[in-house]
Amino acid sequence: MAVRENAGFDYLLFDKINDLWQPFFKSHRQEGLTLPNTPLTPGLAAGRLPPEAYAHNFDDLEPVLDAHEAHVAADRCYFCHDAPCITACPTSIDIPLFIRQIATGTPEAAAKTIWDQNILGGMCARVCPTEQLCEEACVREAAEGKPVEIGRLQRFATDRVMGKGVHPYSRAANTGKRVAVVGAGPAGLACAHRLAMKGHDVVLMDRRDKPGGLNEYGIASYKAPHDFAQAEVEWLLKIGGIDLRLGVELGRDVTLDSLRAEYDAVFLGIGLGGVNALRAAGEDVKGVRDAVDFIAELRQQPDKAKLPIGRDVVVIGGGMTAVDAAVQSRLLGAQNVTIVYRRGQEKMSASRHEQDHAQQVGVRIVCNAAPVEVIGQNGAVTAVVFAYTEDGPEGLKLLADTFTLKADQVFKAIGQTLVAPEGMGGPKLATQPMAGVWTGGDCAAGGEDLTVTAVAEGRDAAEAIHASFGG
Amino acid sequence: MADLTTNFIGIKSPNPFWLASAPPTDKEYNVRRAFEAGWGGVVWKTLGSEGPPVVNVNGPRYGAVWGADRRLLGLNNIELITDRPLEVNLREIKSVKRDYKDRALIISLMVPCDEDSWRDILKRIEDTEADGVELNFGCPHGMAERGMGSAVGQVPEYIEMVTRWVKQHSRMPCIVKLTPNISDIRKPAEAAKRGGADAVSLINTINSITSVNLDSFSPEPMIDGKGTHGGYCGPAVKPIALNMVAEIARSAETRGLPISGIGGVTTWRDAAEFMALGAGNVQVCTAAMTYGFKIVQEMISGLSQYMDEKGMTATSDLVGRAVPNVTDWQYLNLEYVTKAKIDQDACIQCGRCYAACEDTSHQAISMSDDRVFEVMDDECVACNLCVNVCPVEDCITMVELPKGTVDARTGKPVADYANWTTHPNNPSVKAAE
Repeated sequence: MAVRENAGFDYLLFDKINDLWQPFFKSHRQEGLTLPNTPLTPGLAAGRLPPEAYAHNFDDLEPVLDAHEAHVAADRCYFCHDAPCITACPTSIDIPLFIRQIATGTPEAAAKTIWDQNILGGMCARVCPTEQLCEEACVREAAEGKPVEIGRLQRFATDRVMGKGVHPYSRAANTGKRVAVVGAGPAGLACAHRLAMKGHDVVLMDRRDKPGGLNEYGIASYKAPHDFAQAEVEWLLKIGGIDLRLGVELGRDVTLDSLRAEYDAVFLGIGLGGVNALRAAGEDVKGVRDAVDFIAELRQQPDKAKLPIGRDVVVIGGGMTAVDAAVQSRLLGAQNVTIVYRRGQEKMSASRHEQDHAQQVGVRIVCNAAPVEVIGQNGAVTAVVFAYTEDGPEGLKLLADTFTLKADQVFKAIGQTLVAPEGMGGPKLATQPMAGVWTGGDCAAGGEDLTVTAVAEGRDAAEAIHASFGG
Repeated sequence: MADLTTNFIGIKSPNPFWLASAPPTDKEYNVRRAFEAGWGGVVWKTLGSEGPPVVNVNGPRYGAVWGADRRLLGLNNIELITDRPLEVNLREIKSVKRDYKDRALIISLMVPCDEDSWRDILKRIEDTEADGVELNFGCPHGMAERGMGSAVGQVPEYIEMVTRWVKQHSRMPCIVKLTPNISDIRKPAEAAKRGGADAVSLINTINSITSVNLDSFSPEPMIDGKGTHGGYCGPAVKPIALNMVAEIARSAETRGLPISGIGGVTTWRDAAEFMALGAGNVQVCTAAMTYGFKIVQEMISGLSQYMDEKGMTATSDLVGRAVPNVTDWQYLNLEYVTKAKIDQDACIQCGRCYAACEDTSHQAISMSDDRVFEVMDDECVACNLCVNVCPVEDCITMVELPKGTVDARTGKPVADYANWTTHPNNPSVKAAE
């Protein structure tokens, strides 16, 4: 049986790190080499940890269940009537059925049950905040405080079939209809796959040079290592009928009008392209950046030891992006990492599980404080001044009481904004903003900043488009 | 603390927990370990006649049925009687008995169905100082093909005949072990009694195929692509065994015949149930084979505690206590009316009661949009299925309607005791009118 060395939060940050460092230091001294960086090195520095630590820290947070573990976990499902977990799942996966299929030795059938509702079931198994969705609704959570491990069982089934390279869907007869899908993130991919399955031809375009959207660029590296996002897209495209065009940006390379003219329907799954500003004095100094950029860069960097990270990192925000940035700062060797959130901890949109994870890797979470000034020296950040806040009926109020956190790197994770296509506006796009155009995912009204919701909306838009063709 | 010592047909043991004749009791090494672990008695694995011992298969001899989390619920076996030489077994029995005088040591026997064979084997075991013999008329596989085991146990006349020989040629207490592979268990029990048996033990294992291998299309356990029926035992057979024990305990012909209860005894509770239905002691095999000899410690502490709580001082206070309550269907009180009641605080809202009632029973449970499940008394026939499928113990209970209360389903008040024998729909009642 596989030994789960990296189970739980067993990162190379605490107990074992000294054992790894000592021989490293010794050999450097003996050879007269410059001593490497450590978590204590001031300013931005790469390679703060022993080389082995990076591969370890950025490997699977939770490895896939082995067959025995999956069997034991599946046995716990009660096969509820009209199960609450199905209701809680934005894509309405028939969870009791797929778990029973695992329990009876047919994970292949289980995977099909999952993908019938959620073609990105593999990624969702990794990144869904299951503790707030299906697993929170699980009756065994009510019964014993220990839900069935739905997310991990989903990964067991989907990994097993994807690992064999099997794609269990085929296309209906070609309808002659052509659909433009803009944005190859979770919403666009789900939409494209469902449309292709119905027999329509799809042109799937994305402004970046890799498909996947936030699955590729926006998720903490340890949640989907081993290039899973790309593997999943490749697997999804096996259905055929999807022409993937990368480096194509709406508004720059194509216009919505031209797409509407050229295609029978258009789906926009363009996400949120902008980020909010801090609105704190001095935020333009070096060392202050958007957390989403940091996360994207980190994901694309194959050698994590090459990524510079601060010694004292401050992350501002309270969502998943904030947690992902903070945790990964620690995993890169930052000595002190603090998340500062302007409201109470119960209002953080990052799940409790994510918050616990952050705290267990040594991230400090400070609530009810907002940045008022970024202090720089020689053009680079050195500290951030925060004011305590009070959350009342008339909104958030900054108090006179302040404190200062030392910082050589600051990540802003205070939300993203829609960059609307020409002729459209609003904080979010309507589900069907104009004739022949559908939307889904984070850019759309109802988008929840969740992969699984984006998948549901992309899939449902495809069904609506298909219906509009008289399908 | 309750006294667990038992005197079963004159054989004393410190507790009523014996190991049944089976693989765990095949040799000195195991039996010594069992006695060290605390077992009150052992029925040594069945001895055959002198001569070359039987042989066993060299592939798998056990098959299994599992519940959730791979808990062993049923085990079957195609092992035969001891495959070790008679003289080795006899020497070991003598050696063990010498060191464990306070424990019961019974020898199980199975020899061909002629008087000489039985006289010879009884002579051979005489000086082992064993406490008694158990006649294996139950083994359903292998030996039955040779005219022994259940081949004898399925013919009451043979049982009577052999038992009579045994009582004639030996002064040892004699227990006759019965096969359940028969339509009426009372017949072989009566035959044993007529032959002079001091007690019966039951049940032996049940003919079974545990599963079919869907790749090789062979029954399990599979030997070179083939399989045969084996003897089924373990927790799954307990209900069958309890009924057969009760049938003998309450039958006019066999009432009072001592019974050693066997069949899926896994915990003290199982043992207490067998004893309440008339068993003077119990024999255990599968539970020991699944968890090891140590389980007897739980059986001892559990039965002690239960007896203390019930104010019982000796096992005889428990034996047979439930027998008067085993009756025929026709005497059940048709005026005993209950309704299922769901404890909303305990309910985890899985909806299994609803699915079971709605799909397969009487459509007597309602489900609201927010998953509150409630029993509709005007539809509930009190079938108990919701109680049985609910994963939370005591969440759904059956509540008795007091006499005089109107049953919302029938519109009639609950009346005094009345059973089928006097019910107007009973044709024989009408015939008598």
